[in-house]
Amino acid sequence: MDQIALIDAVERYLRGEMNQQEKSVFEELRKTNPEIDQFVVEHHLFIEEIERYGDLKRFKANMYDLHHSLKESGEISDIKPAEKGKLVQMWDRYRKVIAVAASIAGITALLISGLVMLFTPKAPISDIEELRKKVNNLEVSTKSQAIVLNDVKKKINPGTPISFGGTSFLIDGKGYLLTSSHVINNALQVFVQNNKGQDFRTDIIYNDEKRDLAILKINDEDFRPVVTLPYGIRKSPSDLAEPIFTLGFPKDEIVYGEGYLSAMTGFKGDTMSSQITISANPGNSGGPVLNKNGEVIGMLNARQTTAEGVVFAVKSQHIFRSIDDFKKTDTLQNIKLSSNSNIRGMERVQQVKKIEECVYMVKVVMK
Amino acid sequence: MSNYIQESALLKGLANNEKQAIETIYKDNYNLVQQLIINNSGTEDDARDIFQEALIILYQKAKSDSFELNCQIRTYVYSVSRRLWLKRLQYNRRFETPVDNFDEVVSVEEDLTVHEKMDRQYSIMRGAMGKIGEPCKSLLEAYYVHHKNMQEIASFFGYTNADNAKNQKYKCLMRLKKLFFAQYKNGN
Repeated sequence: MDQIALIDAVERYLRGEMNQQEKSVFEELRKTNPEIDQFVVEHHLFIEEIERYGDLKRFKANMYDLHHSLKESGEISDIKPAEKGKLVQMWDRYRKVIAVAASIAGITALLISGLVMLFTPKAPISDIEELRKKVNNLEVSTKSQAIVLNDVKKKINPGTPISFGGTSFLIDGKGYLLTSSHVINNALQVFVQNNKGQDFRTDIIYNDEKRDLAILKINDEDFRPVVTLPYGIRKSPSDLAEPIFTLGFPKDEIVYGEGYLSAMTGFKGDTMSSQITISANPGNSGGPVLNKNGEVIGMLNARQTTAEGVVFAVKSQHIFRSIDDFKKTDTLQNIKLSSNSNIRGMERVQQVKKIEECVYMVKVVMK
Repeated sequence: MSNYIQESALLKGLANNEKQAIETIYKDNYNLVQQLIINNSGTEDDARDIFQEALIILYQKAKSDSFELNCQIRTYVYSVSRRLWLKRLQYNRRFETPVDNFDEVVSVEEDLTVHEKMDRQYSIMRGAMGKIGEPCKSLLEAYYVHHKNMQEIASFFGYTNADNAKNQKYKCLMRLKKLFFAQYKNGN
Protein backbone atom coordinates (compact mmCIF):
# COMPACT_ATOMS: atom_id res chain seq x y z
CA MET A 1 0.00 0.00 0.00
CA ASP A 2 1.55 3.31 -0.90
CA GLN A 3 1.83 6.08 1.66
CA ILE A 4 -0.89 8.36 0.32
CA ALA A 5 -3.44 5.59 0.24
CA LEU A 6 -2.38 4.46 3.70
CA ILE A 7 -2.89 7.93 5.19
CA ASP A 8 -6.20 8.15 3.41
CA ALA A 9 -7.29 4.84 4.88
CA VAL A 10 -6.09 5.72 8.38
CA GLU A 11 -7.91 9.02 8.31
CA ARG A 12 -11.13 7.46 7.13
CA TYR A 13 -10.78 4.81 9.81
CA LEU A 14 -10.23 7.41 12.52
CA ARG A 15 -13.16 9.50 11.35
CA GLY A 16 -15.32 6.38 11.36
CA GLU A 17 -16.10 6.64 7.66
CA MET A 18 -15.35 3.01 6.86
CA ASN A 19 -18.13 0.49 6.38
CA GLN A 20 -18.28 -2.64 8.48
CA GLN A 21 -16.39 -4.80 6.03
CA GLU A 22 -13.59 -2.34 5.37
CA LYS A 23 -13.28 -1.73 9.06
CA SER A 24 -12.78 -5.38 9.93
CA VAL A 25 -10.21 -5.79 7.16
CA PHE A 26 -8.36 -2.74 8.41
CA GLU A 27 -8.45 -3.87 12.02
CA GLU A 28 -7.10 -7.23 10.97
CA LEU A 29 -4.27 -5.40 9.21
CA ARG A 30 -3.52 -3.47 12.39
CA LYS A 31 -3.29 -6.68 14.38
CA THR A 32 -0.95 -8.43 11.99
CA ASN A 33 1.22 -5.46 11.12
CA PRO A 34 2.64 -3.64 14.17
CA GLU A 35 4.13 -0.93 11.98
CA ILE A 36 0.73 0.06 10.70
CA ASP A 37 -0.71 -0.13 14.18
CA GLN A 38 2.02 2.19 15.43
CA PHE A 39 1.28 4.52 12.54
CA VAL A 40 -2.43 4.64 13.35
CA VAL A 41 -1.73 5.51 16.98
CA GLU A 42 0.72 8.20 16.01
CA HIS A 43 -1.56 9.69 13.40
CA HIS A 44 -4.47 9.70 15.81
CA LEU A 45 -2.42 11.71 18.27
CA PHE A 46 -1.32 14.04 15.53
CA ILE A 47 -4.86 14.71 14.34
CA GLU A 48 -5.99 15.39 17.89
CA GLU A 49 -3.19 17.87 18.29
CA ILE A 50 -3.83 19.68 15.02
CA GLU A 51 -7.54 19.89 15.72
CA ARG A 52 -6.94 21.29 19.16
CA TYR A 53 -4.49 23.74 17.67
CA GLY A 54 -7.10 24.95 15.18
CA ASP A 55 -9.77 25.11 17.84
CA LEU A 56 -7.63 27.15 20.22
CA LYS A 57 -6.49 29.42 17.46
CA ARG A 58 -10.09 30.21 16.60
CA PHE A 59 -10.99 30.69 20.25
CA LYS A 60 -8.10 33.10 20.73
CA ALA A 61 -9.06 35.09 17.64
CA ASN A 62 -12.67 35.29 18.87
CA MET A 63 -11.54 36.61 22.23
CA TYR A 64 -9.30 39.15 20.60
CA ASP A 65 -12.21 40.51 18.55
CA LEU A 66 -14.53 40.40 21.51
CA HIS A 67 -12.12 42.39 23.65
CA HIS A 68 -11.93 45.08 20.99
CA SER A 69 -15.65 45.34 20.46
CA LEU A 70 -16.47 45.31 24.17
CA LYS A 71 -13.94 48.02 24.72
CA GLU A 72 -15.33 50.08 21.89
CA SER A 73 -18.87 49.74 23.17
CA GLY A 74 -17.60 50.65 26.64
CA GLU A 75 -18.87 47.50 28.30
CA ILE A 76 -15.47 46.85 29.75
CA SER A 77 -13.49 49.89 30.72
CA ASP A 78 -10.06 50.79 31.95
CA ILE A 79 -9.64 51.39 35.61
CA LYS A 80 -6.93 52.99 37.60
CA PRO A 81 -5.76 51.69 40.96
CA ALA A 82 -8.34 52.81 43.47
CA GLU A 83 -7.07 53.66 46.92
CA LYS A 84 -9.28 56.47 48.04
CA GLY A 85 -8.63 56.20 51.78
CA LYS A 86 -4.91 56.59 51.37
CA LEU A 87 -5.31 59.39 48.91
CA VAL A 88 -7.34 61.49 51.31
CA GLN A 89 -4.76 60.94 54.02
CA MET A 90 -1.94 61.93 51.72
CA TRP A 91 -3.80 65.03 50.65
CA ASP A 92 -4.12 66.19 54.25
CA ARG A 93 -0.50 65.53 54.99
CA TYR A 94 1.15 66.89 51.86
CA ARG A 95 -1.17 69.70 50.92
CA LYS A 96 1.53 72.37 50.91
CA VAL A 97 4.04 70.26 49.01
CA ILE A 98 1.39 69.42 46.44
CA ALA A 99 0.54 73.09 46.01
CA VAL A 100 4.19 73.95 45.32
CA ALA A 101 4.59 70.97 43.01
CA ALA A 102 1.46 71.89 41.12
CA SER A 103 2.61 75.45 40.52
CA ILE A 104 6.00 74.22 39.32
CA ALA A 105 4.25 71.73 37.03
CA GLY A 106 2.02 74.51 35.72
CA ILE A 107 4.95 76.76 34.90
CA THR A 108 6.85 73.89 33.26
CA ALA A 109 3.83 72.96 31.19
CA LEU A 110 3.44 76.53 29.98
CA LEU A 111 7.14 76.73 29.20
CA ILE A 112 7.13 73.46 27.27
CA SER A 113 4.02 74.26 25.31
CA GLY A 114 5.59 77.63 24.46
CA LEU A 115 8.69 75.86 23.22
CA VAL A 116 6.63 73.37 21.25
CA MET A 117 4.72 76.23 19.63
CA LEU A 118 8.02 77.83 18.74
CA PHE A 119 9.49 74.73 17.14
CA THR A 120 6.43 73.11 15.61
CA PRO A 121 6.84 72.84 11.85
CA LYS A 122 4.65 75.34 10.06
CA ALA A 123 3.15 74.17 6.78
CA PRO A 124 5.58 72.59 4.30
CA ILE A 125 9.23 73.03 5.11
CA SER A 126 11.93 72.25 2.60
CA ASP A 127 13.22 69.41 4.80
CA ILE A 128 10.04 67.55 4.22
CA GLU A 129 8.66 66.67 0.86
CA GLU A 130 5.02 66.14 0.27
CA LEU A 131 4.58 63.17 -1.94
CA ARG A 132 2.27 64.41 -4.64
CA LYS A 133 3.37 63.70 -8.11
CA LYS A 134 3.98 66.10 -10.95
CA VAL A 135 2.64 64.56 -14.08
CA ASN A 136 4.07 65.71 -17.39
CA ASN A 137 2.18 65.86 -20.60
CA LEU A 138 3.90 62.88 -22.14
CA GLU A 139 2.61 60.57 -19.45
CA VAL A 140 -0.86 61.96 -19.89
CA SER A 141 -0.89 61.17 -23.58
CA THR A 142 0.29 57.57 -23.07
CA LYS A 143 -2.32 57.17 -20.41
CA SER A 144 -5.10 58.48 -22.58
CA GLN A 145 -4.02 56.09 -25.29
CA ALA A 146 -4.24 53.26 -22.84
CA ILE A 147 -7.71 54.37 -21.97
CA VAL A 148 -8.76 54.17 -25.60
CA LEU A 149 -7.28 50.70 -25.81
CA ASN A 150 -9.17 49.59 -22.76
CA ASP A 151 -12.29 50.85 -24.43
CA VAL A 152 -13.31 52.76 -21.37
CA LYS A 153 -15.35 55.89 -21.81
CA LYS A 154 -13.07 58.85 -21.24
CA LYS A 155 -14.13 61.52 -18.83
CA ILE A 156 -10.98 63.55 -19.13
CA ASN A 157 -10.33 65.20 -22.47
CA PRO A 158 -6.93 64.13 -23.76
CA GLY A 159 -5.86 67.75 -23.90
CA THR A 160 -6.65 68.55 -20.27
CA PRO A 161 -3.42 69.23 -18.43
CA ILE A 162 -3.19 66.99 -15.39
CA SER A 163 -0.70 68.59 -13.09
CA PHE A 164 -0.58 66.59 -9.90
CA GLY A 165 -1.33 63.08 -8.86
CA GLY A 166 -1.65 61.18 -5.66
CA THR A 167 -3.50 58.34 -4.02
CA SER A 168 -6.81 58.10 -2.20
CA PHE A 169 -8.82 55.33 -0.61
CA LEU A 170 -12.45 54.70 0.24
CA ILE A 171 -13.43 55.35 3.85
CA ASP A 172 -17.09 54.76 3.21
CA GLY A 173 -18.37 52.49 0.45
CA LYS A 174 -20.87 55.13 -0.65
CA GLY A 175 -18.03 56.87 -2.48
CA TYR A 176 -16.22 58.90 0.14
CA LEU A 177 -12.48 58.91 -0.41
CA LEU A 178 -9.75 60.15 1.86
CA THR A 179 -6.64 61.78 0.47
CA SER A 180 -4.00 64.34 1.43
CA SER A 181 -5.02 67.95 1.52
CA HIS A 182 -1.84 68.99 -0.28
CA VAL A 183 -2.63 66.69 -3.21
CA ILE A 184 -5.81 68.55 -4.07
CA ASN A 185 -4.69 72.06 -3.16
CA ASN A 186 -5.63 74.69 -5.74
CA ALA A 187 -7.50 72.10 -7.74
CA LEU A 188 -10.01 73.14 -10.34
CA GLN A 189 -11.30 69.63 -10.69
CA VAL A 190 -10.32 66.27 -9.24
CA PHE A 191 -10.69 62.93 -10.98
CA VAL A 192 -10.00 59.56 -9.48
CA GLN A 193 -9.18 56.38 -11.33
CA ASN A 194 -9.71 52.85 -10.05
CA ASN A 195 -7.51 49.83 -10.69
CA LYS A 196 -9.47 48.98 -13.83
CA GLY A 197 -8.61 52.31 -15.42
CA GLN A 198 -12.07 53.85 -15.03
CA ASP A 199 -12.18 57.57 -14.26
CA PHE A 200 -14.71 59.16 -11.92
CA ARG A 201 -15.54 62.79 -11.26
CA THR A 202 -15.33 63.85 -7.64
CA ASP A 203 -16.19 66.84 -5.49
CA ILE A 204 -13.94 68.06 -2.73
CA ILE A 205 -16.32 68.11 0.19
CA TYR A 206 -13.86 68.77 2.98
CA ASN A 207 -10.32 70.08 3.14
CA ASP A 208 -8.57 69.94 6.51
CA GLU A 209 -5.24 71.60 5.79
CA LYS A 210 -4.24 71.51 9.45
CA ARG A 211 -4.21 67.71 9.52
CA ASP A 212 -3.37 67.39 5.81
CA LEU A 213 -6.55 65.43 5.15
CA ALA A 214 -9.21 65.92 2.51
CA ILE A 215 -12.42 64.10 1.71
CA LEU A 216 -13.57 63.58 -1.85
CA LYS A 217 -17.01 62.38 -2.82
CA ILE A 218 -17.37 60.49 -6.06
CA ASN A 219 -20.05 62.22 -8.06
CA ASP A 220 -20.45 60.01 -11.07
CA GLU A 221 -23.29 57.83 -12.28
CA ASP A 222 -20.86 55.06 -13.29
CA PHE A 223 -19.69 54.54 -9.73
CA ARG A 224 -21.12 51.54 -7.95
CA PRO A 225 -21.08 51.76 -4.15
CA VAL A 226 -19.10 49.15 -2.25
CA VAL A 227 -21.27 47.48 0.35
CA THR A 228 -18.59 46.65 2.88
CA LEU A 229 -15.01 47.82 2.77
CA PRO A 230 -12.42 45.08 3.29
CA TYR A 231 -10.43 47.14 5.80
CA GLY A 232 -11.43 49.04 8.90
CA ILE A 233 -9.94 52.17 10.39
CA ARG A 234 -8.12 51.57 13.64
CA LYS A 235 -9.32 53.60 16.60
CA SER A 236 -6.63 52.77 19.13
CA PRO A 237 -2.96 53.71 18.73
CA SER A 238 -0.59 51.32 17.00
CA ASP A 239 2.57 49.80 18.39
CA LEU A 240 6.17 50.56 17.61
CA ALA A 241 7.78 48.08 15.19
CA GLU A 242 4.42 46.90 13.92
CA PRO A 243 4.78 45.62 10.35
CA ILE A 244 2.80 47.71 7.89
CA PHE A 245 2.10 47.94 4.20
CA THR A 246 0.77 50.51 1.80
CA LEU A 247 -0.69 50.78 -1.69
CA GLY A 248 -0.26 53.84 -3.84
CA PHE A 249 0.19 55.32 -7.29
CA PRO A 250 3.78 56.56 -7.66
CA LYS A 251 3.39 55.42 -11.26
CA ASP A 252 0.43 54.72 -13.50
CA GLU A 253 -0.33 51.43 -11.85
CA ILE A 254 -0.81 50.47 -8.26
CA VAL A 255 2.36 49.78 -6.27
CA TYR A 256 2.65 47.75 -3.07
CA GLY A 257 5.19 48.58 -0.37
CA GLU A 258 6.09 46.98 2.95
CA GLY A 259 7.75 48.39 6.05
CA TYR A 260 7.32 48.98 9.74
CA LEU A 261 6.22 51.66 12.18
CA SER A 262 9.50 53.22 13.27
CA ALA A 263 8.47 56.07 15.58
CA MET A 264 5.30 57.17 17.29
CA THR A 265 5.72 60.81 16.28
CA GLY A 266 6.32 62.48 12.95
CA PHE A 267 8.61 65.21 11.67
CA LYS A 268 10.31 67.01 14.59
CA GLY A 269 8.09 65.30 17.11
CA ASP A 270 4.77 66.12 15.42
CA THR A 271 2.24 64.09 17.41
CA MET A 272 -0.36 64.20 14.66
CA SER A 273 1.60 61.78 12.53
CA SER A 274 3.88 58.82 13.00
CA GLN A 275 7.10 57.85 11.30
CA ILE A 276 7.23 54.77 9.13
CA THR A 277 10.03 53.13 7.22
CA ILE A 278 8.82 52.18 3.80
CA SER A 279 9.76 53.08 0.27
CA ALA A 280 7.56 55.95 -0.85
CA ASN A 281 7.76 58.22 -3.84
CA PRO A 282 5.88 61.20 -5.19
CA GLY A 283 2.36 59.92 -5.86
CA ASN A 284 2.17 57.85 -2.69
CA SER A 285 0.58 60.72 -0.77
CA GLY A 286 -2.90 59.87 0.39
CA GLY A 287 -2.31 56.13 0.37
CA PRO A 288 -3.58 53.96 3.23
CA VAL A 289 -1.06 52.52 5.70
CA LEU A 290 -2.35 49.19 6.97
CA ASN A 291 -1.22 46.72 9.61
CA LYS A 292 -1.18 42.95 9.22
CA ASN A 293 -4.82 42.63 10.31
CA GLY A 294 -5.90 44.91 7.49
CA GLU A 295 -6.66 47.86 9.72
CA VAL A 296 -5.82 51.32 8.40
CA ILE A 297 -3.45 52.85 10.94
CA GLY A 298 -2.75 56.02 8.99
CA MET A 299 -2.50 57.87 5.73
CA LEU A 300 0.87 58.37 4.09
CA ASN A 301 1.63 62.03 3.45
CA ALA A 302 5.28 63.05 3.36
CA ARG A 303 8.90 62.00 3.48
CA GLN A 304 11.97 63.67 4.89
CA THR A 305 14.37 64.76 2.18
CA THR A 306 17.37 65.04 4.48
CA ALA A 307 17.20 61.40 5.58
CA GLU A 308 16.87 58.10 3.80
CA GLY A 309 13.67 56.05 4.12
CA VAL A 310 11.94 58.36 6.60
CA VAL A 311 8.27 58.64 5.70
CA PHE A 312 5.39 60.10 7.66
CA ALA A 313 1.77 59.13 7.96
CA VAL A 314 -1.17 60.93 9.57
CA LYS A 315 -2.39 58.73 12.43
CA SER A 316 -5.77 57.07 12.04
CA GLN A 317 -7.13 58.70 15.23
CA HIS A 318 -6.81 62.02 13.46
CA ILE A 319 -8.86 60.68 10.58
CA PHE A 320 -11.68 60.12 13.09
CA ARG A 321 -11.19 63.58 14.56
CA SER A 322 -11.18 65.21 11.17
CA ILE A 323 -14.38 63.42 10.18
CA ASP A 324 -16.00 64.55 13.45
CA ASP A 325 -15.03 68.15 12.68
CA PHE A 326 -16.41 67.75 9.20
CA LYS A 327 -19.72 66.40 10.47
CA LYS A 328 -20.07 69.56 12.57
CA THR A 329 -19.73 71.77 9.53
CA ASP A 330 -21.84 69.71 7.18
CA THR A 331 -24.70 67.68 8.53
CA LEU A 332 -26.00 66.59 5.14
CA GLN A 333 -23.32 64.03 4.43
CA ASN A 334 -23.62 60.72 6.15
CA ILE A 335 -20.14 59.26 6.46
CA LYS A 336 -19.74 56.18 8.58
CA LEU A 337 -16.26 54.90 9.39
CA SER A 338 -15.97 51.23 10.16
CA SER A 339 -13.25 49.90 12.42
CA ASN A 340 -13.94 46.28 11.53
CA SER A 341 -11.50 44.64 9.19
CA ASN A 342 -12.89 41.74 7.15
CA ILE A 343 -9.49 40.57 5.96
CA ARG A 344 -7.94 39.71 9.29
CA GLY A 345 -5.94 36.49 9.11
CA MET A 346 -5.92 36.32 5.32
CA GLU A 347 -2.83 35.86 3.23
CA ARG A 348 -1.26 39.16 2.20
CA VAL A 349 -1.85 38.50 -1.50
CA GLN A 350 -5.56 37.97 -0.85
CA GLN A 351 -5.72 41.03 1.38
CA VAL A 352 -4.14 43.22 -1.27
CA LYS A 353 -6.49 41.87 -3.92
CA LYS A 354 -9.42 43.07 -1.83
CA ILE A 355 -7.87 46.37 -0.83
CA GLU A 356 -6.69 47.47 -4.25
CA GLU A 357 -10.28 47.73 -5.43
CA CYS A 358 -10.77 50.50 -2.90
CA VAL A 359 -7.60 52.48 -3.62
CA TYR A 360 -7.91 55.16 -6.31
CA MET A 361 -5.41 57.26 -8.20
CA VAL A 362 -6.04 60.98 -7.85
CA LYS A 363 -5.65 63.25 -10.88
CA VAL A 364 -5.81 66.95 -10.31
CA VAL A 365 -6.62 69.59 -12.88
CA MET A 366 -5.10 72.85 -11.65
CA LYS A 367 -6.78 76.22 -11.63
CA MET B 1 -30.72 27.16 41.93
CA SER B 2 -31.54 29.24 38.87
CA ASN B 3 -28.08 30.70 39.18
CA TYR B 4 -26.63 27.23 38.97
CA ILE B 5 -28.64 26.43 35.84
CA GLN B 6 -27.59 29.69 34.26
CA GLU B 7 -23.94 28.97 34.95
CA SER B 8 -24.04 25.48 33.50
CA ALA B 9 -25.77 26.83 30.37
CA LEU B 10 -22.96 29.36 30.03
CA LEU B 11 -20.31 26.68 30.41
CA LYS B 12 -22.03 24.52 27.85
CA GLY B 13 -22.09 27.47 25.44
CA LEU B 14 -18.45 28.13 26.14
CA ALA B 15 -17.54 24.52 25.40
CA ASN B 16 -19.31 24.85 22.03
CA ASN B 17 -17.44 28.07 21.32
CA GLU B 18 -20.68 30.09 21.20
CA LYS B 19 -20.15 33.79 20.88
CA GLN B 20 -22.99 34.80 23.15
CA ALA B 21 -21.77 32.68 26.06
CA ILE B 22 -18.18 33.83 25.73
CA GLU B 23 -19.34 37.42 25.59
CA THR B 24 -21.41 37.08 28.76
CA ILE B 25 -18.56 35.45 30.67
CA TYR B 26 -16.18 38.09 29.36
CA LYS B 27 -18.38 41.01 30.40
CA ASP B 28 -19.20 39.58 33.82
CA ASN B 29 -15.66 38.89 34.86
CA TYR B 30 -13.21 41.09 33.02
CA ASN B 31 -13.37 44.14 35.27
CA LEU B 32 -12.79 42.07 38.39
CA VAL B 33 -9.63 40.52 36.98
CA GLN B 34 -8.47 43.82 35.59
CA GLN B 35 -8.83 45.38 39.03
CA LEU B 36 -6.75 42.59 40.52
CA ILE B 37 -3.93 42.92 38.00
CA ILE B 38 -3.79 46.70 37.96
CA ASN B 39 -3.82 46.95 41.73
CA ASN B 40 -0.87 44.60 41.78
CA SER B 41 1.56 46.45 39.55
CA GLY B 42 0.23 45.19 36.22
CA THR B 43 -0.91 47.04 33.13
CA GLU B 44 -4.07 46.88 31.03
CA ASP B 45 -2.31 44.64 28.55
CA ASP B 46 -1.23 42.29 31.33
CA ALA B 47 -4.84 42.16 32.49
CA ARG B 48 -6.04 41.25 29.02
CA ASP B 49 -3.41 38.54 28.58
CA ILE B 50 -4.00 36.99 31.97
CA PHE B 51 -7.77 37.09 31.67
CA GLN B 52 -7.74 35.54 28.22
CA GLU B 53 -5.41 32.79 29.37
CA ALA B 54 -7.75 32.07 32.27
CA LEU B 55 -10.67 31.85 29.83
CA ILE B 56 -8.70 29.43 27.68
CA ILE B 57 -8.15 27.25 30.74
CA LEU B 58 -11.86 27.37 31.54
CA TYR B 59 -12.68 26.62 27.89
CA GLN B 60 -10.44 23.57 27.78
CA LYS B 61 -11.81 22.40 31.09
CA ALA B 62 -15.38 22.85 29.92
CA LYS B 63 -14.65 20.82 26.80
CA SER B 64 -13.10 17.86 28.60
CA ASP B 65 -15.29 14.82 29.25
CA SER B 66 -14.67 14.68 32.96
CA PHE B 67 -15.73 18.25 33.43
CA GLU B 68 -17.18 19.50 36.65
CA LEU B 69 -16.95 22.89 38.24
CA ASN B 70 -17.44 22.98 41.96
CA CYS B 71 -17.60 26.72 42.30
CA GLN B 72 -18.94 29.74 40.46
CA ILE B 73 -17.39 30.74 37.14
CA ARG B 74 -16.43 34.03 38.73
CA THR B 75 -14.54 32.38 41.55
CA TYR B 76 -12.79 30.02 39.22
CA VAL B 77 -11.71 32.65 36.69
CA TYR B 78 -10.54 34.89 39.51
CA SER B 79 -8.54 32.12 41.16
CA VAL B 80 -6.88 31.07 37.93
CA SER B 81 -6.04 34.67 37.00
CA ARG B 82 -4.63 35.31 40.43
CA ARG B 83 -2.41 32.21 40.27
CA LEU B 84 -1.26 33.02 36.73
CA TRP B 85 -0.42 36.58 37.72
CA LEU B 86 1.54 35.46 40.79
CA LYS B 87 3.56 33.14 38.57
CA ARG B 88 4.20 35.92 36.10
CA LEU B 89 5.32 38.26 38.88
CA GLN B 90 7.66 35.68 40.32
CA TYR B 91 9.04 34.95 36.89
CA ASN B 92 9.73 38.62 36.26
CA ARG B 93 11.30 39.00 39.72
CA ARG B 94 9.06 41.89 40.39
CA PHE B 95 7.60 40.00 43.26
CA GLU B 96 7.82 42.28 46.26
CA THR B 97 4.61 42.05 48.19
CA PRO B 98 2.20 39.17 48.04
CA VAL B 99 -0.92 39.83 45.99
CA ASP B 100 -3.36 41.34 48.42
CA ASN B 101 -6.92 40.17 48.41
CA PHE B 102 -9.45 38.79 50.79
CA ASP B 103 -11.66 37.15 48.24
CA GLU B 104 -12.56 33.56 48.11
CA VAL B 105 -10.25 31.46 45.96
CA VAL B 106 -10.24 27.82 44.98
CA SER B 107 -7.26 25.59 44.32
CA VAL B 108 -6.40 25.50 40.65
CA GLU B 109 -2.89 24.03 40.65
CA GLU B 110 -3.93 20.83 38.91
CA ASP B 111 -5.73 22.64 36.10
CA LEU B 112 -2.74 24.88 35.56
CA THR B 113 -0.42 21.91 35.19
CA VAL B 114 -2.71 20.41 32.56
CA HIS B 115 -2.93 23.76 30.84
CA GLU B 116 0.83 24.22 30.77
CA LYS B 117 1.23 20.90 29.04
CA MET B 118 -1.45 21.73 26.48
CA ASP B 119 0.01 25.14 25.94
CA ARG B 120 3.39 23.60 25.23
CA GLN B 121 1.85 21.27 22.66
CA TYR B 122 -0.02 24.18 21.12
CA SER B 123 3.22 26.14 20.79
CA ILE B 124 4.96 23.17 19.20
CA MET B 125 2.17 22.85 16.63
CA ARG B 126 2.13 26.58 16.00
CA GLY B 127 5.92 26.60 15.61
CA ALA B 128 5.82 23.67 13.18
CA MET B 129 2.99 25.31 11.22
CA GLY B 130 5.04 28.48 11.02
CA LYS B 131 8.03 26.60 9.66
CA ILE B 132 6.31 24.73 6.83
CA GLY B 133 5.27 28.01 5.21
CA GLU B 134 2.62 28.65 2.60
CA PRO B 135 0.61 27.22 0.93
CA CYS B 136 1.20 24.16 3.14
CA LYS B 137 -0.06 25.89 6.27
CA SER B 138 -3.35 27.04 4.78
CA LEU B 139 -3.83 23.77 2.94
CA LEU B 140 -3.44 21.61 6.04
CA GLU B 141 -5.57 23.97 8.12
CA ALA B 142 -8.27 23.82 5.49
CA TYR B 143 -8.27 20.04 5.65
CA TYR B 144 -7.73 19.25 9.31
CA VAL B 145 -9.14 22.32 11.05
CA HIS B 146 -11.91 23.53 8.79
CA HIS B 147 -12.68 20.01 7.53
CA LYS B 148 -12.90 20.97 3.89
CA ASN B 149 -12.90 18.11 1.42
CA MET B 150 -10.26 17.64 -1.24
CA GLN B 151 -12.50 18.91 -4.03
CA GLU B 152 -13.07 22.22 -2.27
CA ILE B 153 -9.39 22.52 -1.43
CA ALA B 154 -8.38 21.83 -5.03
CA SER B 155 -10.60 24.60 -6.36
CA PHE B 156 -9.68 27.08 -3.62
CA PHE B 157 -5.93 26.64 -3.96
CA GLY B 158 -6.07 26.32 -7.73
CA TYR B 159 -5.07 22.68 -8.24
CA THR B 160 -6.34 21.07 -11.39
CA ASN B 161 -8.02 18.19 -9.58
CA ALA B 162 -8.53 16.60 -6.18
CA ASP B 163 -5.71 14.08 -6.73
CA ASN B 164 -3.15 16.83 -7.26
CA ALA B 165 -4.36 18.53 -4.10
CA LYS B 166 -4.11 15.24 -2.26
CA ASN B 167 -0.53 14.79 -3.44
CA GLN B 168 0.36 18.26 -2.24
CA LYS B 169 -1.41 17.67 1.07
CA TYR B 170 0.61 14.49 1.54
CA LYS B 171 3.92 16.29 1.02
CA CYS B 172 2.93 19.06 3.39
CA LEU B 173 1.65 16.62 5.98
CA MET B 174 4.91 14.67 6.00
CA ARG B 175 6.90 17.83 6.60
CA LEU B 176 4.59 19.02 9.35
CA LYS B 177 4.56 15.67 11.12
CA LYS B 178 8.33 15.47 10.99
CA LEU B 179 8.74 18.93 12.50
CA PHE B 180 6.01 18.38 15.06
CA PHE B 181 7.17 15.03 16.34
CA ALA B 182 10.82 16.09 16.50
CA GLN B 183 9.82 18.69 19.08
CA TYR B 184 7.02 16.72 20.66
CA LYS B 185 9.12 13.67 21.49
CA ASN B 186 11.88 15.82 22.92
CA GLY B 187 9.47 17.71 25.12
CA ASN B 188 7.64 14.74 26.58
